[in-house]
Amino acid sequence: MASRAHAQHRTDDTHPIVGHLVPMSTLVWTTLALLVLTILTVAVRYIDVGEFNIVIAIGIAVLKATLVALFFMHLWWDRPFNQIVFVACISFVVLLIALTVIDTKQNAPTLYTGNPARVQEVLDAKAPEAPITKQTGLSSPG
Amino acid sequence: MTAIDSKPEETPGLDESHGSDTPFQAHHFDTPIQQYESVKLGMWLFLGTEILFFGALFALYTILRANDPELFSYASQYLNTILGGINTAVLILSSLSMAAAVHFAQRGRKTLMLISLWLTLFGAAGFLGIKYFEYEHKIHVNLNWGPSFYYPVDAAEAAAVGEDGQVSTVQDENARAAADESALLSAERSTSLPDVPEPRLAPMPPTDAVSMAQSAIGPGGLSAVKPEEKIKAERAAAGEVTYSDKPHLEDQDLPVNTHRFFAIYYAMTGLHGIHVVVGMVMIGWLILRGTKGHFDNRYYAPVDLGGLYWHVVDLVWIFLFPLFYLIH
Amino acid sequence: MDNYLTWTKGVASWVFTLDHKRIGVMYLLGVLVSFLVGGIFALIIRTELIAPGQTIIEPETYNIMFTLHGAVMVFLVIIPSIPGSLGNFVLPIMLGAKDVAFPRLNLFSFHLWIIGAVFTVLALLFGGFDTGWTFYTPYSTKTELGGVVPVIFGVFILGFSSIFTGLNFIVTVHKMRPKGMTWFRMPLFLWALYATALIQILATPVLAITLMLVGLERVFQIGIFDPAMGGDPVLFQHFFWFYSHPAVYIMILPAMGIISELISVHSHRHIFGYTFIAYSSVAIAVFSFLVWGHHMFTSGQSALMNTIFSAITFSVAVPSAIKVFNWLATLYKGSIALNTAMLYALGFIFLFTIGGLTGIYLGTLNVDVHLHDTYFVVAHFHYVMMGSALIAFIGGLHHWWPKMFGRMFDETLGRIAFVLVFVGFNVTFFTQFMLGSHGMPRRYYDYQPEFASYHLISTIGSYVMAAGFFLTAAYLLHSLFFGRKAPANPWGGRSLEWQCTSPPPHDNFKVTPSVGDCYDFRAVHWSEEEQGYVVIRDEESANLPPAH
Ligand SMILES: [Cu+2]
Repeated sequence: MASRAHAQHRTDDTHPIVGHLVPMSTLVWTTLALLVLTILTVAVRYIDVGEFNIVIAIGIAVLKATLVALFFMHLWWDRPFNQIVFVACISFVVLLIALTVIDTKQNAPTLYTGNPARVQEVLDAKAPEAPITKQTGLSSPG
Repeated sequence: MTAIDSKPEETPGLDESHGSDTPFQAHHFDTPIQQYESVKLGMWLFLGTEILFFGALFALYTILRANDPELFSYASQYLNTILGGINTAVLILSSLSMAAAVHFAQRGRKTLMLISLWLTLFGAAGFLGIKYFEYEHKIHVNLNWGPSFYYPVDAAEAAAVGEDGQVSTVQDENARAAADESALLSAERSTSLPDVPEPRLAPMPPTDAVSMAQSAIGPGGLSAVKPEEKIKAERAAAGEVTYSDKPHLEDQDLPVNTHRFFAIYYAMTGLHGIHVVVGMVMIGWLILRGTKGHFDNRYYAPVDLGGLYWHVVDLVWIFLFPLFYLIH
Repeated sequence: MDNYLTWTKGVASWVFTLDHKRIGVMYLLGVLVSFLVGGIFALIIRTELIAPGQTIIEPETYNIMFTLHGAVMVFLVIIPSIPGSLGNFVLPIMLGAKDVAFPRLNLFSFHLWIIGAVFTVLALLFGGFDTGWTFYTPYSTKTELGGVVPVIFGVFILGFSSIFTGLNFIVTVHKMRPKGMTWFRMPLFLWALYATALIQILATPVLAITLMLVGLERVFQIGIFDPAMGGDPVLFQHFFWFYSHPAVYIMILPAMGIISELISVHSHRHIFGYTFIAYSSVAIAVFSFLVWGHHMFTSGQSALMNTIFSAITFSVAVPSAIKVFNWLATLYKGSIALNTAMLYALGFIFLFTIGGLTGIYLGTLNVDVHLHDTYFVVAHFHYVMMGSALIAFIGGLHHWWPKMFGRMFDETLGRIAFVLVFVGFNVTFFTQFMLGSHGMPRRYYDYQPEFASYHLISTIGSYVMAAGFFLTAAYLLHSLFFGRKAPANPWGGRSLEWQCTSPPPHDNFKVTPSVGDCYDFRAVHWSEEEQGYVVIRDEESANLPPAH
């Protein structure tokens, strides 16, 4: 995966002086794979596999993202440091997500079950008849 | 925003050419390769900040959803899977054309590169067009962020916003006139309105775009005046068939805090939309420079970097689509 | 002789310059002006607190004052101070490069800094803001002062200025190093700036998005952070500290880099444990992302996360202590020259040790419950942010002042000013440790009579410190016009910036300099003729064994 800055032969238009040329066929195949995966992920939405729906959806999204990064963004052939930058940034996002989710899951997610105070105010004023208006707030945790 | 996002593409110093290998080599770089690798690393670092920029919102999304999964599976029905799917395909195809533009730029094929860039630009415009329809409909039926999510879609209510002294525009006057008509139809509600204590909406800023849009719509929403058939026809025309027909406020099953789903929905898709707009400006700039013949197989870094940016826009959408539109 | 200061003339040649040295000088000017403004706010606060009850300002004004003091000092002074001014000026020269990788991006990020500063000033015209520099929700979404949205926008822009500076530095260090300048020949200041840049890139976007959401919450009530709309204010704190704890290291890491340079050069001693110091910078950068929750022990954060964050917080002490011990080991048997810059460096070690150790107290769960939101916290972070970061900045400024402007300042006045600042600082803030441990809460306008004597002493200390800073400003300004011409190498440094003239020429180096061990001082000798140090490469010193 090491990068190569091609030697300086300018006569051949198929070789850029710098960077890496990805053949059109690779790009088209990548696109087809992405479209198929999109259809697949939409199809899976209508099948009930419980907890695994979200896992499959995210899995397919990660696969698609990997394809885009590796082939459209040339990361497969790019400098190792550029690859590290990309992966490191994603891991820091994962870190932020993981630690905050662990914390909020540890807390009681909601201290009240009804509408929040301001929402209740708006509902009382604007839509006193709506079913949701009866979900008045601050009942004890469920 | 524009300037901020598009800056790294322009970094190779244009005005400092010293007759080096290519006309666009800045004097403080020794070789074109050094310059190319520098701008590329700079772009990747910038994309890293973009990832963390969106990453914070993804974190927010995960927290909201982890703590309230039912809310998300309920609210997702208001999003149009078909439109979202079409938009996904549009973005993937525009990513292909962008990658192709880079490919042709690397080979010095000017015309093919320009065609690819134009295709990418059309794809971006198409994406935004579809997005506009989606937003427009949601605002129409008050699937908003903030308190207006809980306003009934009703002309009388639209006028009430004006009565609170929040919106006083020409549209508001029109809406008020329309409200008088509909007040005859729903006498009960209109009599209950004056009982509302006035500080209810006081914290809403006077230039609240949402309520302005709403009063501008007037009786055109899902008001009691409007025949059901007409609504259905309108929705079918917009291709919206996969989701709930019922105004959300009348839904017995509407969970509390559903407005938060729409807050994160608008925040994420909105920020993504801003990036699409920035991307379009950038592609336009590439087309301009490409037409002038600035790029060849020796110097094509701006196309390359623009491509990277555009692919990140695609990457973000690849996650947004299943996370919002495909919740089982 | 032509140098970067005289190379071209006119205001436009400065405002639109692409020269990293001029951009650095403009940052320096901006930072120092902001420091003056933030310092005046601080003096107003301390004067108000000199006695219980109202002294000079209304309570509401007081709230605006401490908020502005915090926001200006954090976002406009400390964060851009070292990377923006000294970093910009020194980094390419130390590296042996002609410029940073992206000069126009560099200029752009300075312009962003100006715009961000303007919005912060605009916030005052819109009625100010009294949220504290932390913008905690739900107060920040509720307060009736109209300056919140402008200042949030300003900080958002300042964030991008910071990001672009960091991005530029990383690319410069990676791609612009000349032949011979390997990673482990880089001066430690560059390692520190590199580690800082990593944090700037990884953390700042999260702050930007968080502040954007606060703005949206305020304007549209979207229900993300505001509990009245179903939002979670603790979530704001998570996001805010995900940036703002690492931001503490954006402030302190470059300071540590400066200290490594100062200690080594002014004691003419090879830096001890180069690789340890270099790696500890990167280690601190990474650790800094794992401890943000120590700001939230009393915010309703879960017990599990409290424990985890507390434990990891202790571990940050390890790389920090590695640096301190290495500095001390460097001093051992060195020929220490007590120049003004060196005094600041020694002051740093003293103050940073106190600041760091009290940080361990606050990172301890049960102690923090008692000390949270008291003056103990105020004293702790002033020891770190001011006593360490700013003191190092002032020290670095003295170290590179002859290089930047080609003039020597008055060393005697410099030493007097240092004593005033150092004593004043400790009187001001050590007192606040005592105030805090006795229970005086922070950000309060009024207090119980039993705190009165502490507050009085603290205020007097702040006046002494202010006198020291005004004296510093006076002799530095004086030196610009009447100072002795500076030699190329007044302190005997070995890194590349001392090889070019003072002030440096426009292109930094006429010939690419030869790169050696920048901490090997054996060939550096005083020259009466130059009134500065010169590197003499005789047979003898060439054959010496490597220093470490
Ligand atoms: Cu911290």
